[in-house]
Amino acid sequence: MKIVTAIIKPFKLDDVREALAEVGVQGMTVTEVKGFGRQKGHTELYRGAEYVVDFVPKVKIEIAIDSALLDQVIEAVTKAARTEKIGDGKIFVHDLDQAVRIRTGETNSDAL
Amino acid sequence: MTTRKFPAAMAAWGIAAMLTPALAEAQDALDSGDTAWMITATALVLFMTIPGLSLFYAGMVRSKNVLSVMMQCFAITALATVLWMAYGYSLAFEDGGSLNPLVGGLGKAFLSGVTVDTVSGTIPETVFMTFQMTFAIITPALIVGAFAERMKFSAMLWFMGLWLTIVYAPLCHWVWGGGWLGDWGILDFAGGTVVHINAGITGLVAAIVLGKRKGYPTTAMPPNNLVLTVVGASMLWVGWFGFNAGSELAADGTAGMALAVTQIATAAAALGWMFSEWISHRKPSVLGIATGAIAGLVAITPASGSVGPFGALLIGIAAGVGCFFASTRIKRAFGYDDSLDVFGVHAVGGIIGALLTGIFAAEALGGAGLGEGNSGIAGQLGAQLVGVVATLVYSGVVSLVLLKVLDSVIGLRVDEEAETEGLDIALHDERGYIL
Repeated sequence: MKIVTAIIKPFKLDDVREALAEVGVQGMTVTEVKGFGRQKGHTELYRGAEYVVDFVPKVKIEIAIDSALLDQVIEAVTKAARTEKIGDGKIFVHDLDQAVRIRTGETNSDAL
Repeated sequence: MTTRKFPAAMAAWGIAAMLTPALAEAQDALDSGDTAWMITATALVLFMTIPGLSLFYAGMVRSKNVLSVMMQCFAITALATVLWMAYGYSLAFEDGGSLNPLVGGLGKAFLSGVTVDTVSGTIPETVFMTFQMTFAIITPALIVGAFAERMKFSAMLWFMGLWLTIVYAPLCHWVWGGGWLGDWGILDFAGGTVVHINAGITGLVAAIVLGKRKGYPTTAMPPNNLVLTVVGASMLWVGWFGFNAGSELAADGTAGMALAVTQIATAAAALGWMFSEWISHRKPSVLGIATGAIAGLVAITPASGSVGPFGALLIGIAAGVGCFFASTRIKRAFGYDDSLDVFGVHAVGGIIGALLTGIFAAEALGGAGLGEGNSGIAGQLGAQLVGVVATLVYSGVVSLVLLKVLDSVIGLRVDEEAETEGLDIALHDERGYIL
């Protein structure tokens, strides 16, 4: 099993959710986050006073999946979140040791 | 109009009215159309302060201080009302006897003699008094923007009460109540000197005496909610029709022209600021266009009863561009922390408007004519300049003394901990946003 963490542009969230549903992903966790990468921040200007905003708003998606689904998931997220402009985000993949569905007690693949 | 239709002769009528009511009624004809408009205009001007100005300012401060500026505007509204009733109206508009060039008398303290039957021009004196009251409310409220986010509420109340008494009331008397500036033939239809230059220079002095906010200008202090600011600016724009067209004190052709030139100058200034910013900073900003509109409203205020549409257009453009540079460049260059640009918008806009009034009031330039005793543009410009300088000096010096005295007696500024925590929690035990 794998955990896929994707940091994407906020306005791409719906596209990514739809693309993941199409490849069979059953659930995800979404968090609004801030950060910076190569995109850096942006500047804001109020009556001549310029402020540098270092952290850009992004959306973090976490998906727990069977390892067999990994390539499809990465492809779906990449395709759906891509604008080909700086700041499209990143995908991180981690191993997942164990999963439990709290309501039934099912474990691992059955719980995803 | 130099004396708001309330010259000394009118005061004499007031006395006559008490002695011989029947005779007075025959002379002062109440006009129901004028009265209806002036009641409306009075409501519009109050609407400028609460909620207009309150929202305009509240949106520009940080979220931890949003309530504090709304509280200041609201409390000033209440305080100025009571003081105006107690003696402010009398000091501004009652005959001051031998001191009349400088200040009015106390004959109408606690509105003594102002009854349902007393008339001022063609409207009830109650309406005239309340209309003027709304000006005495908004002028101190404008100053709030200069010392936002750092002044003690108690010191603010003391300052505003004293300032209204010894700065606003006499200045109002000088220009509109039969005082010396009116006698000079100054053209200040709706308050370029009395309201805007007065508030603007006081704001600058207050910003300097109180000192910069902690962290200014290195820490980011972006507005917490520009939506509120744009809503507030829009309300100010609408309410300003009461301010300018209402200053005619009648529903007539001059009021109509005041309405038209107010709209034209405001629009021109909004565009002037927007394009200035677009050119110098690459993007047109919402805060910029809204502030530009306010600058235009300020500049057309002294001119609104005297200039024509073309004069209004040029006054608006000059105000939009001039106030943009004052608020963005000059403030930065000198380093004072006039937090919400009270000086840059109200003093600079007021000065631009007051001086250009002296030019565009000329009939040859489409205006309604120069002031009494001024035959040419040069003479009128001189009178306008006297008005501007007198306001800057009197208001600036007296405000400085008042602030210094109050600072040594009770202290003007909150302590550093309260400033960091935010005035909403520190001074009022409340938060504006519980989200």
